[in-house]
Parts: sequence; structure tokens; C-alpha cells
Amino acid sequence: MTRLLQTTDAGLYCPPGNFYIDPWRPVERAVITHAHADHARPGSAAYLAATPGEHLMRTRLGADIDLQCLDYGESITENGVTVSLHPAGHVLGSAQIRLEYQGEIAVVAGDYKVTPDPTCATFEPVKCHTFVTESTFGLPIYRWETSEEIFAGVDRWWRANRDAKKTSVIFAYALGKAQRVMAGVDASIGPIYLHGATEVVTRAYRASGVALPETKPVSAESRKHEFAGSLVIAPPSAAGTPWMRKFEPYSDAMASGWMRVRGTRRRRALDRGFVLSDHADWPGLLWAIEATGADNVLVTHGSTHELARYLRERGKNADVLATHFQGEADEPTVNGAEAVE
Amino acid sequence: MRDFARLFTALDETTKTTEKVDALVAYFRTAPPADAAWAVYFLTGRKPRQAVAAAKLRAWAGEIANVPTWLLDECYEAVGDAAEVVALLIPSAQSTTELGLAGWVETRLLPLRALADDEQKGAILAAWRELDLAECFVWNKLITGGFRVGVSQLLVTRALAKVAALPQDVIAHRLMGTWEPTPAFAAELVAPDSGASDASRPYPFFLAHQLDGEPAALGEPSEWQAEWKWDGIRSQLIRRAGQTFLWSRGEELVTERYPELAALGDKLPDGTALDGEILPWSGAGIMPFAQLQKRIGRKTVGKKLLADIPVVLMAYDLLELAGTDLRPSPLSDRRAKLDALIPQVSDARLQPSAVVPFASWEDLTVVRRESRARQVEGLMLKRLASPYRVGRVTGDWWKWKVEPYTVDAVLIYAQKGHGKRANLYTDYTFGVWEGGRLVPIAKAYSGLTDAEIREVDAFIRRNTTETFGPVRTVKPELVFELGFEGIQLSPRHKSGIATRFPRVLRRRADKPAAEADTLENVRRLLTPGAPS
Ligand SMILES: [Zn+2]
Ligand SMILES: [Zn+2]
Repeated sequence: MTRLLQTTDAGLYCPPGNFYIDPWRPVERAVITHAHADHARPGSAAYLAATPGEHLMRTRLGADIDLQCLDYGESITENGVTVSLHPAGHVLGSAQIRLEYQGEIAVVAGDYKVTPDPTCATFEPVKCHTFVTESTFGLPIYRWETSEEIFAGVDRWWRANRDAKKTSVIFAYALGKAQRVMAGVDASIGPIYLHGATEVVTRAYRASGVALPETKPVSAESRKHEFAGSLVIAPPSAAGTPWMRKFEPYSDAMASGWMRVRGTRRRRALDRGFVLSDHADWPGLLWAIEATGADNVLVTHGSTHELARYLRERGKNADVLATHFQGEADEPTVNGAEAVE
Repeated sequence: MRDFARLFTALDETTKTTEKVDALVAYFRTAPPADAAWAVYFLTGRKPRQAVAAAKLRAWAGEIANVPTWLLDECYEAVGDAAEVVALLIPSAQSTTELGLAGWVETRLLPLRALADDEQKGAILAAWRELDLAECFVWNKLITGGFRVGVSQLLVTRALAKVAALPQDVIAHRLMGTWEPTPAFAAELVAPDSGASDASRPYPFFLAHQLDGEPAALGEPSEWQAEWKWDGIRSQLIRRAGQTFLWSRGEELVTERYPELAALGDKLPDGTALDGEILPWSGAGIMPFAQLQKRIGRKTVGKKLLADIPVVLMAYDLLELAGTDLRPSPLSDRRAKLDALIPQVSDARLQPSAVVPFASWEDLTVVRRESRARQVEGLMLKRLASPYRVGRVTGDWWKWKVEPYTVDAVLIYAQKGHGKRANLYTDYTFGVWEGGRLVPIAKAYSGLTDAEIREVDAFIRRNTTETFGPVRTVKPELVFELGFEGIQLSPRHKSGIATRFPRVLRRRADKPAAEADTLENVRRLLTPGAPS
């Protein structure tokens, strides 16, 4: 471990700087990697986050939170610790947190992906001594196709449904994944409708200046409205609810990295599973870790033991960083998958 | 290969029967006959002998993907399927292939068996370089012999019937028996009906459904025939063109395994097809199913086995007489003809499956209680006016099984499921008490609802006391009611008993583990007549 970071009951703590990173309990000063619910929790007295994520932070945590924003690359000093934020490529405003204190550098990556995404800034490796990496998809079976290939598949599915006069319903996490889907599909195929939860977040994306195709909220339409031919983007929790009835006949799909495995795909009993993730795949994790040049790697979030052991066998000083969220589950369940993606 | 892999993906992606049939029709309309023949072969569950062990594929995949063994095992745990884990691990294809399914099977797969280890490895690695993810998965499945797609023979039959514009039973008939997956076979499958069918061919078996409620729902008792539900091997005995053919329900020709029934067949008039059950039968009556199992696997039987475990055909239907297909006529007619035929043949190896008389459903409910003492599984209810249908059509034939044996047992070990449940603990081992210890008595895959499975899964993860590889020892706390079809003494098992077809009936949240059954209780349920 490093003297820059310490795990506590409230979360990851930087003792010399006297602030927390993504704390799960209210604290005095919280530095936030991104606005997902398992990273940005309400109730802290003061927050620090990246400027592109400001609207999302306020949407999620409340308009009146005490929020200080830093542009990517800009730095401030907190009790002698230099703090700067760098693109993590995960969702809009997601940041790796770089800490420098008396010549020692640690980077907490939060959630990240290394492939480009039109809705957020691309991941930039930051040189450091200690790198805290996630490992949501920390097994070599997880490898992603390019966005172009994935969206070609989504477009084919949507077009075929449209031609068969069906609605296409795609389940995607409301923050990040949903916007990546709307930015990635060929919007000329048909209209795009959003579930209420997705609509709220999408507004924050637009307010932040992210270019997205035109969408309409499902709720604005009358009960009798025809959705045939359109694409409906909804959070995974909408699957199997009575809300879905208005889209009959429909084909449903899930956009998630977990869809890479046939068993997970089949367990959801959906028509399609698109392997679209906002997390790094196995080669992405290894590339990112290598690119930081870090000798010490702390692994959190997912297949921690596997990734840490693999790194150790390759000569890194790697260990598992225990966090609150791993609980007793040794791998994410289907519901857990929704929470982290 | 690409089209077949696409078909596989399409079948895999939908749970809707009509969409599966549509996908099959689209495939068979365009597939070259050579490919279509192999597709039918694999889709109907046939498989060539396993060419290469799954463990070898895994090891080679680990090698080329640069993944150490322990990590390979973790990946397998997460995926639950050897063919899939290999497809997910190996580097992406470097080229594409235009070779069709038949080409892949005949020139790449079948020759594998004859190759030495390192040649096999070379051939397989070369194949992997040409196949994309979906193709590679299918290819691995074909090699390891584990190809299953959730398509029944019935669906394939429906699709082929659509393609050929023929009635389904013509196709079903053509698909039965032994055939080679040749282009000629594929062409014959969808050729116009010439009426000339192979003398050996059995009729597709009509299968009964499980009756879950009370029989009163079936209507008037007088419209129904009741018989005992025998616990043997469903089969058809056919005599045509001076030859005898005995078919098991697995569509296997088993004439040579049961020489006494082959001899019986020779005494049948030409143009006869009987439907019945092969049962082990001593002079005193029926023997336990376990005895029959000693004969099932044997291709040839010795004199001693023949003398120790003789078999009879318990006939319950007559499908063909004097070369005429009787299936469209009502059961009552077929049965009358069967009852007339049996005395003519006059051979103790041919017995009629007795009709159980009853006036009311209440009567029958009482009679059914004799099932266990008679060593039958319960009753069969058949509609007297029904034709002999194809496959599992609901409504005319019902199996009304006796309640299975039930035992309250404690969950002691758990393992992850496979395929659909690869990430959940769904394979359970249960124990009952003996002298303060829990001895394992049954392994059962979950019979629980999805919500219960998740709950039990969470319990297992929180209450693991030890792990041995994939197996977790669980704090003995959860009690389940298990059902069995039978229980027999077995010196091979730790508990001294073997359970047949164990399944989880329900969770007994009301029962503390201490109140679960004892081994003594379970012994009292021992199947009567079992060797002891
Ligand atoms: Zn996240
Ligand atoms: Zn996360």
C-alpha cells in the first residue's frame, strides 16, 4: 500500500490530503471519479469532480451540493497533496484522480475504458508509482469488438425489427451506456424514445454540450401511440415490467459487457445481447496498467483476485484493494451488473 | 460453416418456437444438400464420436491465449461451458472460411480422430485461425460432441415439412432409424412422398404428458382407458418383408440386444408393428428396473445374462397390421385388434399390457395406490377415441404417476450450474442425519423458482465453510423437500442407498435442519422388491 491511500469504513482515504475518494458514507471532503451511484453518494459536505461531469453530479446528488470542479489536467493542492483529474473514458466527466505528495504519485482510476466513446473524453494513461485499477471484466474471456462492429449489429437488429413492424427495446444503464447507444446507432433508421429515468440523465448530457440525436420521452406519448419501428432505450430494471406492454410487438436486447457470456445472455431471456461495455476489457486493463508504468497495482471492483494474481505472476507488486462493494459475492450477479455498469 | 453458425445463433437467441422454425426453414431453403444433411444430423442430436477431449482444447487455448491454468479454470467457472470458454479465449480469426458445414465436418473434423496428438493440435489451431467467435463456438461443440441447441427433433421435422411442403409425419418417418448424412439423404428427406418406406422404419413414438392435476379434469371416465405405467424401455417391434426389427425410443435399432424378442418377432405375421415396453421378467413377474439396466448397455448378451434377466414385450398398441397403418383409427379399435393378435401369436414373451378397469375417477385413485407394490410408476390414461399421434401432442395420452418418495434433507454442498446458470450455485448435494452427522443421499439440480435460486445462491455465498475446487461446503441450515422416483440399497454409496431421479420439490423454510429426516427414515422407504 502507499501512504497516500488507506481504506477506511467510509471508503478510500488520503491521509495527508485529508479527503476521501468515492466515499460511501458522508464525509467532509469527497473527490469523485464519476457520477454512477456506487461512486457518487449523497450527503458529503464538499465535493470535487471533473468539470464535464458537473451537470451529472448535480442531477444525481442535488443542484445545491457544494461542488468544486476541475478541468482535466488542472490541479489544486490540498494540504500539500497535489490533486488533478484526468479522463477515464468511462462516462461523461469520469476522471482518474492523480495524487502527488512529496514526489510520490498515485492514480485512482475509478471505472474506466480505453476505447473511444463520442459521449466522453478518451482515457489517458497517467504515469504513477501506484495505480488503483478496477477489474469488473478482469478475466481473459472478456474482449470487446470495436464500437463500429457492435453498433453495426445493433443497427441490423433495429432495422430488421423496423421492417417487421416491431419496436426495438434496448436495455442500457441510464447514465452513460444509454447516451453511448443513442450516439452510436444510425438515427436515420427511426425515432428514438427514452424511458423517464434515461430522459433525465440525457438532459444533463445535452446541457453539458454532448451532441446526441433527437429523442423523445416515452411518457410524452399517448397510451395508444404506435412505437413500431422505433428504438426505445430503457434502464435494465424496466425489463419484464408492465411498462413494456405499450411496445408490443417488440424485440428486446441488453447492452452490457456481461452479454459476452452465453449463459448470462440466456439467463436474461432477451432476444439479443449486445456486448457493449463502458469498462475496460482484459486486454484494455493490461494495456492501461502497463501504460501507467506503475510498480504497485491495487485492484478493486470485480475479478480482483484473478487480476492481482495474474499481475503478480508477471512481476508486478499487485494486491487486492478491499472495498465495501464486493461484499460476499465473488462475482457480480446479474443485478450487480446493473449496479456497476 | 458461416451459415450454420448463423443458424445456431438465431436458434440460440430466441425462445419463441415460431422464430426457431422460421430460422430453420430459411437455412434449409438455401443450404446445399451436403450441408443440410449434416445440419439435420446435428440438430436432431446425433453426433460423431468425440474427436478430441474438451480438456485438450482448453489446454491448447490457454497456451495460445497465454493464459495460465489457474486462470483458465477461473474462466471456465465463469462461463460454464468448455467449448465456449475456448472460443472466448483464443485470438480472433486471421482469415475467413468459405468451406461449408459438410466440408468442415468431412475434411476437418472426422479425420481428427485418426491423428496423433500433435497433428490434432496443429489441425485444431489452424481451424481456430479461420473461424470467427460464433463459428468457433459451434466448431468446438461439434468436436467435443456436446452440440445441443434447444431444438427438438419435432421442430426440425416441422421446418423440413414446410420446406418440402409435405405432412410432418412423412418427414418424421424419414428421420427415424439409421441413415447417413449424405447429400442423397438430404434430397430424399424433402423429396415428394413416394409411399415406399424402408421396411425397417418404426413409426414416430407418441409420447404422453405428465398429468399434474386430478384426472377429473379429463372429463368422462368412460372415454378413457387406463393401464399401468411400466418402468422399462419403450420400444417398437416390427415384422416386415420377412425381417424383424426392434427399436428403442432413442431410435436405436436394438434387435440384437434382445434375442428373445427377435425370436418373438419372427413369429409375428408379416406387416406388423407393436408398441410396448421391454421389461425384465422372471417367472414370478416383473423384476426391478436396475436388473434391466444390466442389459441396456450390452450389444451382445451371454447365456447367463439371458437366463438371469429374461425380458418380455408388454404390448399396449398395434400400429400396423397386415401392412396397413392403423394409426389413424381410434385406440379402442387398435386395442381390439391387439387383443385378437396376441393369442394367435401365443408366446409368453408377448404380453398384453392389462387394461385397468374403473367406473369412476375415485375408483381409479384408489387403484393407483397399488402402483408401488406392483412396481409400476403409476397409471397411463389414454383417450379411447384417439388416433396414434406423432410426438408429444397434449391431450390424449397422460401419465399419472404416483407421488414420488419424499424426504426432508439438508443442503450440504453446492456447485455452480452450467450453461444458463453458470454463475449461480444451482447444483446441490443433500444429506440426512445419521448419528449426529449428515450423510449425502442425493444430488439434485435446482427445482426452485428463479427468485428462490437467487436466495439460496446468496445463502451459499455467505455460508461457505470450505471449498474443494468448485464445490462449496455449506453451513447445514437450509432444508428442502426432495422427491425421488425410487430408492434402492446400494453398497457403492456412502449412505448405503441410491436414489433414482431425485429432484427438489420445495424449500422447507419452516423446518430447522435438526428436524430433517434421518437415514433410518429413508431406509424405511426402500423400494419393495429391490435386491436386499
Ligand atoms: Zn461506473
Ligand atoms: Zn463502478
